[in-house]
Amino acid sequence: MVTMPILENRFEENVVFSTVDEMINWCRLSSIWPMTFGLACCAIEMMAVGAGQYDLDRFGAGAFRATPRQSDLMIVAGTVTYKMAIRIKRLYEQMPEPKFVMALGVCASAGGPYYEHGYHVLKGVDKIIPVDIYVPGCPPRPEALFDGLLKLQEKIRHQKVLRRLTPQEKSVIDETTRKYELETQKLTPLPKEYQV
Amino acid sequence: MQIQELFEALKKKFGDQVLELATPASGEPSVTVSAQAVQEVALFCREDSSLEFDQLMCLSGVDYPPEHLAVVYHLHSSTKHHRLVLKAMVPRQEPKLPTVSRVWRTANWHEREAYDLFGIVFTGHANLRRILLPQDWVGYPLRKDYVFPTEYRGIKCHD
Amino acid sequence: MTSSREFRSQEIYVNMGPQHPSTHGVLRLMLRTDGEIVSDVAPMIGYLHRCAEKYGESGTYQMMIPYTDRMDYLAGMNCNWAYCLAVEKLGNVVVPERAEYIRILVGELNRIASHLIAFGTYGLDLGAFTPFFYALDEREKILDLFEMVCGARLTYSYFRIGGVAADLPEGWVKRCHEFIDFFRKRIDEFNELLTYNYIFIRRTANIGVIPANMAVDYGCTGPVLRGSGMRRDTRVDEPYGLYPRLRFHIPIGMGEKGSVGDCWDRYMVRIREMEQSCDIIKQVLKSMPEKGDVRAKVPKAFKPPKGEVYVRSESSKGELGFYLISDGTDRPYRVKARSPSLSNLCVLPAISDGMMIADLVATLGSLDIVMGEIDR
Repeated sequence: MVTMPILENRFEENVVFSTVDEMINWCRLSSIWPMTFGLACCAIEMMAVGAGQYDLDRFGAGAFRATPRQSDLMIVAGTVTYKMAIRIKRLYEQMPEPKFVMALGVCASAGGPYYEHGYHVLKGVDKIIPVDIYVPGCPPRPEALFDGLLKLQEKIRHQKVLRRLTPQEKSVIDETTRKYELETQKLTPLPKEYQV
Repeated sequence: MQIQELFEALKKKFGDQVLELATPASGEPSVTVSAQAVQEVALFCREDSSLEFDQLMCLSGVDYPPEHLAVVYHLHSSTKHHRLVLKAMVPRQEPKLPTVSRVWRTANWHEREAYDLFGIVFTGHANLRRILLPQDWVGYPLRKDYVFPTEYRGIKCHD
Repeated sequence: MTSSREFRSQEIYVNMGPQHPSTHGVLRLMLRTDGEIVSDVAPMIGYLHRCAEKYGESGTYQMMIPYTDRMDYLAGMNCNWAYCLAVEKLGNVVVPERAEYIRILVGELNRIASHLIAFGTYGLDLGAFTPFFYALDEREKILDLFEMVCGARLTYSYFRIGGVAADLPEGWVKRCHEFIDFFRKRIDEFNELLTYNYIFIRRTANIGVIPANMAVDYGCTGPVLRGSGMRRDTRVDEPYGLYPRLRFHIPIGMGEKGSVGDCWDRYMVRIREMEQSCDIIKQVLKSMPEKGDVRAKVPKAFKPPKGEVYVRSESSKGELGFYLISDGTDRPYRVKARSPSLSNLCVLPAISDGMMIADLVATLGSLDIVMGEIDR
């Protein structure tokens, strides 16, 4: 259900019927908050994308956050080294769900020019975290980043937010509940005077 | 000062510790000194009023298998406008030589880098740890016989 | 600063980076702080160590050029130039006159582009957002010029051993003229916007002072050294290319707003260098020959004679040197890059004692480091 306040005074207040999935997905895809996470050369292109001429804000993705806890999208912009890989994994784990990862440039996608003799270069960030969108280029042009972002929005649009649990997920949840119940049983009861 | 004069000045002061003057047909001439005397030579180069090398432009390690590792110092004097290339050879089995990080502060990180990538030990260095690679890295990558790792902390290096 | 020492309370260690918006990339700083006062800083680098020197040894001489772009990715042309200079000196290659002029043109334009990023992000570090947009807007115009000559926006690989890849396209000179005329006036606007802003001066003057002798001892070069009042520039001290034919001024820090060598001085040196670069470009456009070769004849299997060179040049960050050893084959035996940012950064622990954390950010921004160049 979406009201349309944009065209004020032109239409009567109206109501659009939609599914909850579509509504939530629409909210998510139009306000992707990326993390300020520049690693190397591609970060400079990412900066250019955020600036005036290209303006990432047009796609609702211009609110760069400095902390993983406030961001939805991790743009891995640049070469990932082993020393950094461990950090990246931790940063990814700190991001709240739903989270998305874009591998910007060939270095983050597959090692790029540092594939053969790069003893300290991780050959693709997908070795440590799941990647949603790969953007090729060394570095990719700003337009390529936009393309990746639009593709990601398309991906989010088709996600299912509300769904039945798969048997596997259900079993995991059941197991956790059972464990919790067992744990609570094990606790020593409160002293009598505090018991309700 | 020309390189010949610089060489003679060093030779006069340090005698046998200054080994040779190499003047190749192309490129820069260099003075090789004994590894153990590097610190004194460096200090002399900086302090002597006719040399005054106040700037260490570059410090690099070089691998010459199977026998030697070398440390190359590029010095420049901003007052006298001359430059000097110092070289010190160390055996590959036991690559040790005194630090010059107390002579020029900039050598601090350069020496750590040479230790990191070549495994050259600079005795007397205040903080000789790996600088570029992680502390638990194995091997010295810029040596010619370096074998690439297959795994680092559970991450596979090649497909 | 000394009075705050008396109220020493509990010291804590704060980890700043490698993912931090004001460390300009993946630098990690370990701070020992007492409240807001920093008592020790340990920079930890290597989070972007991309093995460029190994690549230098593994490929032919030409194959190293693209990797030099990615070292200092804000000034790729200057890195290309430094490497090509070293190889040319090793192999005694003479570069045609027109190519030398083109090199100066693109090199100086890239210096402006790099300083623009420094200007914009320095504003960001101190909480001013608008200069960033101004700077990036102008930078896009320079990138358009670069796109015309080589098709790339950031990693150019435009230089070749013995010249440049291609001649300037038609209409480039005119557009360059237009840009320079426009940009010269724009710098005054920058100054109005940020340089003489009261808050900006209070944040930068007398902060992070590097005395001249300390700067020399730590091997600082470029705007950091010049900001400390030393008139040193490789373009003049050990001229390369056709710089001796050009007349330009080397700006130095004079302590106008505080003491010599503070953040404001370093920042101002960059602004004035942009003006000087504009003047250089104007002179080159005037005196450049209309036609001519842009590339000396160099064989594909380029084999310089045995020997070694260390060649330095003035990149936008400072003295960028390449140490090359040739063993007579078509591959370098050893390539070592002496990056200016590495030496500029290692002075940070020495000056940060007793600073506020916010001032540390201001100081770090004024050093204008690029991690790609530090870690290589």
